[in-house]
Amino acid sequence: MSIADSTQFLCFLALSAAVLLGALGVVLLPNIVYSAFLLGGVFLAVAGLYLLLNASFVAAAQMMIYVGAVNVLILFAIMLVNKKETLAAIPGLALRRILSGAVCAGLLGLLLRVDFTTPWALPGPASVGEGATIRIGEHLFSDYLLPFELASVLLLMAMIGAIVLARRDVFSSDVITGEGVDQGLIEKTRTPLLLEKNLQTQPVLEKTP
Amino acid sequence: MSLSPLLALTLPTTVPLQGFLAVAAVLFCTGVWGLINSRNAVRVLMSIELMLNGVNINLMAFSSYLDGQLIRGQVFTIFVITVAAAEAAVGLAILLSLYRNRDTVDMERFNLLRW
Repeated sequence: MSIADSTQFLCFLALSAAVLLGALGVVLLPNIVYSAFLLGGVFLAVAGLYLLLNASFVAAAQMMIYVGAVNVLILFAIMLVNKKETLAAIPGLALRRILSGAVCAGLLGLLLRVDFTTPWALPGPASVGEGATIRIGEHLFSDYLLPFELASVLLLMAMIGAIVLARRDVFSSDVITGEGVDQGLIEKTRTPLLLEKNLQTQPVLEKTP
Repeated sequence: MSLSPLLALTLPTTVPLQGFLAVAAVLFCTGVWGLINSRNAVRVLMSIELMLNGVNINLMAFSSYLDGQLIRGQVFTIFVITVAAAEAAVGLAILLSLYRNRDTVDMERFNLLRW
């Protein structure tokens, strides 16, 4: 056993611990901002695991897309919807947590049993190592060309869909009849539409003496 | 190297495939638990990302250990990352729209379609 092998194993242990503790923190921490930053840490540790698996290109893609894009997007969403609200208590919440925890533990046990009892066909063919990026490029432009092009269409659709969903839609004229929309309705869209407390009366403005 | 026999006693020679699969399984189950039990809608999206990362670790481990020449698992991982980015964008846009309409991010109050 060489020093390189033991270093690899120690790196695997450290990265696994970072991934698992970070994931627990993401799920369990009460402050959502801490969860979001821990999620970035989990993504980085997963990129490290990919480096251990001889996949430098996918590790770089993971860092750029997950840490650089998805995590920043989540942080922006937290900033946009960050409202201190006291959650109403639900009857049977503890029972629900215990039951779902039991189901997840059972699923974990099943997966681990499959993991440790299946006779994997090891060792497989030798790894291409540093040639992985070239091999991925060959795949993307030969036998995976159609999914590659479909992925570009999917990204375009997701971009347009996100813009349409997230913008505050106010038309200056009715789409069907072409008549103009009065400004009162435009102002009304600034307030939430489906609030339960929608029925209560508007506060009466106090008269200035 | 006086340290080498000690390390050989305590550590396996290489990282086994089962280790990566076990990490992926724990990550996936953590994500499932968070998905069921989170009351903040943003945390639900984060749990989905955790589950996707668990699946990606599985694909990468199999690609490296069992398919070393044609690394098809890595190509699949790249596609999964692409779809996850699209899913995050659309999911957060839906979340913003919901927050605008209901003025809350509590999952228990998104019950317009509850039977």
